[in-house]
Amino acid sequence: MSLRLDAPTGAVRVRRFSRAERWVHRTTAALMGVCVVTAACLYVPQLAELVGRRELVVRLHEWAGLALPVPVLAGLASRAFRADLRFLNRFGPHDRVWLRAALRRDKRAAARPAGKFNAGQKIYAAWIAGATLVMLGTGLMMWFTHLTPLVWRTSATFVHDWLALTIGIVLAGHIGMALGDPEARRGMRTGSVSREWAEREHSVWRP
Amino acid sequence: MNSEQPDEQRGKPIGRRVLLGTLGLGALGVVTAPTLQRGLESFLASASDKDPTGLTDLLPNGGGFRYYSVASSVPRKDATTYRLTVDGLVDHPRTYTLPELRALPQTRLVRDVQCVTGWRVPDTPFEGVRLSRLLDAAGVRREAGAVRFTCFDGTYTESLTLDQARRADVLVALRMQDKDLGHAHGGPVRLYVAPMYFYKSAKWLSGITVTKKVKPGYWEERGYDVDAWVGRSNGRDDEPTT
Repeated sequence: MSLRLDAPTGAVRVRRFSRAERWVHRTTAALMGVCVVTAACLYVPQLAELVGRRELVVRLHEWAGLALPVPVLAGLASRAFRADLRFLNRFGPHDRVWLRAALRRDKRAAARPAGKFNAGQKIYAAWIAGATLVMLGTGLMMWFTHLTPLVWRTSATFVHDWLALTIGIVLAGHIGMALGDPEARRGMRTGSVSREWAEREHSVWRP
Repeated sequence: MNSEQPDEQRGKPIGRRVLLGTLGLGALGVVTAPTLQRGLESFLASASDKDPTGLTDLLPNGGGFRYYSVASSVPRKDATTYRLTVDGLVDHPRTYTLPELRALPQTRLVRDVQCVTGWRVPDTPFEGVRLSRLLDAAGVRREAGAVRFTCFDGTYTESLTLDQARRADVLVALRMQDKDLGHAHGGPVRLYVAPMYFYKSAKWLSGITVTKKVKPGYWEERGYDVDAWVGRSNGRDDEPTT
């Protein structure tokens, strides 16, 4: 029984994420976290000197990277998660309004209509999924050294390095925005959000 | 907005397009990487010359070398504590100090450094004692066929055949880029095998043991080729560095 001040009993809670959706997010986040931390230890010279143990760090990085798409694939078994993928894929007229407002730095909720996911979240989801697959492909080329013709491996390293840097920055933005919105985090943690928040932040969403 | 009531599951499949577009850009990146990389490297090289913060060194390929160590930590050795042992199938095993190595005739080579994972540092000067000189001084016995290298990180090992070890472009290097070898680059003394991928150039060299047969080194037990000629091994065809 939670009697938290910010969620008084009687306040209307709206169901936002099922258990399956939350676990997909949680496990993907954990695997991505392992990838980022191990990547930093392989890449940043100061950290590499501090940590050493290159073989172990490389193995961790490789296996976490290989496992990264697994939670999403497993999530396909969930009806709620498949519905989320459809929400994320389709862009309606309100998404255009949202993006325009974002470009103008208009932060008023009324100027940013959104469905279950806003246009920014949709673009982030699609981009990070594509970027993860590119990292997986280039990563496999570097891992299995006899797999591809050769100039390719240097090229794969190049793409892997620069995309890693980009992902790091975008991921920091993703986490930063979550830190700035406790109710959104509560939705991902507990599965439900306040009706007031849902109507303000996701006015087009019909839960 | 509430009057609008759009069905969220209709609309244009922009998400899919963004995903496929990202994939396409990634593939395009791999295809155009050689060109892009050349341009970026020259830009970053000039930028890092003027960069007092050192931040450009953290960008991919900004600094040239990358630090690889297989051990958890590596002790530091200097002119007073460093020792290099030459033993095994030799008539006169002996131990060199750093000043003793510096007193021997030095050879300077300027070649590209090529890592098997793809990065390359062009025209890098190395300076040190020819390995063949140390082997000759020790008097290699007739039955010997290979040389094994050990390192004071306690973990890394490497090997060469005796013929490879006697090449004129194989050095026990004391200096790199016209500076004494720093700890991060394997100092005070590392092996430098110019014609081979850089994993053969063992850092923190502490032991040279003449053996009968080649024993695969650290990375070679983990899948890399023992004869690591640049451009002719590990499934690569880079420009040779000889």
